[in-house]
Amino acid sequence: MISADISAILPELLLALYAMAALIGVVYNGKDAWTGTLTWATVTVLVGVAAWIGLSGSGAQMAFGESFNDDAFSRLAKVTVLLAAASVLAMSEDYMARSGLGRFEFPLLITFATVGMMVMVSAGDLMVLYMGLELSSLSLYVVAALRRDSLRSTEAGLKYFVLGALASGLLLYGASLTYGFTGTTLFSGILATIQGGHVSVGLLFGLVFLITGLAFKVSAVPFHMWTPDVYEGSPTPVTAFFATAPKVAAMTLIARLMFDAFGGAVSDWSQVLALLAVLSMFLGAIGGIGQRNFKRLMAYSSIAHMGFALMGLAAGTLDGVESMLIYMVIYVVMNVGTFAFILSMERDGAPVTDINALNLYAKKEPLKALALMVLLFSLAGVPPMLGFFAKYTVLLAAVDAGLVWLAVAGVIASVISAFYYLRIVYYMYFGAEGEALDGRMVPAQWLLLMGSALVMVLGVVNLFGVEGAATAAAQILVR
Amino acid sequence: MIGLTHYLGVAATLFVIGIFGIFLNRKNVIVILMSIELMLLAVNINFVAFSSFLHDLVGQVFTMFVLTVAAAEAAIGLAILVCFFRNRGSIDVEDVNVMKG
Repeated sequence: MISADISAILPELLLALYAMAALIGVVYNGKDAWTGTLTWATVTVLVGVAAWIGLSGSGAQMAFGESFNDDAFSRLAKVTVLLAAASVLAMSEDYMARSGLGRFEFPLLITFATVGMMVMVSAGDLMVLYMGLELSSLSLYVVAALRRDSLRSTEAGLKYFVLGALASGLLLYGASLTYGFTGTTLFSGILATIQGGHVSVGLLFGLVFLITGLAFKVSAVPFHMWTPDVYEGSPTPVTAFFATAPKVAAMTLIARLMFDAFGGAVSDWSQVLALLAVLSMFLGAIGGIGQRNFKRLMAYSSIAHMGFALMGLAAGTLDGVESMLIYMVIYVVMNVGTFAFILSMERDGAPVTDINALNLYAKKEPLKALALMVLLFSLAGVPPMLGFFAKYTVLLAAVDAGLVWLAVAGVIASVISAFYYLRIVYYMYFGAEGEALDGRMVPAQWLLLMGSALVMVLGVVNLFGVEGAATAAAQILVR
Repeated sequence: MIGLTHYLGVAATLFVIGIFGIFLNRKNVIVILMSIELMLLAVNINFVAFSSFLHDLVGQVFTMFVLTVAAAEAAIGLAILVCFFRNRGSIDVEDVNVMKG
């Protein structure tokens, strides 16, 4: 019995053991001198675990008294999270070393955060959900303030900490109400109680508080206040991480909680999620217009994208969950590529994030400019890039579920947000003459930039099999 | 006779005081940390009250987890605050304003 439980949680266990062993080993042997080696070792371990989970996992098991799920849904989310974390580490190693941030804690904190996210997406119990969420959040608070001699970075860390702690307080309050009104913290028990009788007002309060707490983590409006500041203030590799893995984990966690625990009250939460979705899409689209800082712009971009992913969930159907998963995978690939480019933006060896620095970039670096243009078109949702199909599947799911107004609002917001993506393309190809950026780019960044741009074009053919995985994953949730 | 609703009332009051402490406080970041702590403890009262009312131990186990995590959270919050103080020379809420937003 216990061995079956352990085997279900083995990837998380090994990853946590690796991180702890590496932490102790490095602390006693030279600390920061090992940062480079440790980063690449961590990348290898993360990719290895992702391959292990992706290739060997099968079936759907529950461990530890139904409180931990190992199924197609959690495996898809875990592989995405692990690969996103590995790509971010790979492309940031050089940046960190050059900007005096080559600290051994970074890859290890990222690993701990990843373990937390893996636990989150497998949660089958409110306690497991909370512990996973906190493990990832606490690691993320620290990495946000990683550049501890910089005012901006520590301020970002402080803001993220205060609002994140508030969010976990709200989430816990929701968890306590849910526990009180259903008598259990197990998702399956909550589902059974809801299906057995009517949904009480207390339970609805609990549901709303839970959604609020999780909406903070995916930075959905009106709980998005921290996003632009934290994205701008944190070191760029940290921003790249924030924009990818935690978003996938939190979004899949919302899906898991809504369907596994509150599957009997779809009409109740779908309204709340639809509201969050429409507000996020519009605020993300409008707020980004005035931004000149690329990182801040990506913050608004991610708010808008989370709105679209929430739209898929708000549909509350099998197609909705499937489209949300496809959307998140494509979103992560786009963001990894874009941040690989942002990490390489520097002038005279110092990092730049102002979009004016990209003036006439295409003349100097036609290939990289082309790749960035493909990614920006994809982020904006211009056909025939993959980003268009991501938006299309989500809109289709919303229309099929009868949320036509939401789909129309999504299209309008998407058109507005296209402005700030296309402005960067305009600067690159037709901008005014200005100081040029350095041409330097390390191989890892180049590969990730070109790779994700290629995916955006070639993925149109068959989505590299993600669609099949997403269908299988969605079928686990929607029964 | 003190029943479940009284405990829930106290917990809800403390929780709301905690939230207001975060948003209305204009003085000191330490007060924000205390407010966060207050919120988490209000949740604990909720859990223990429900646990006792339902004759079910799970709520109290959850409380132990929350207490542990709250300690870790306070440690990290104070550490970040110390770093911020070294750079800014102040921990007034009004001074956390280098970035707009």
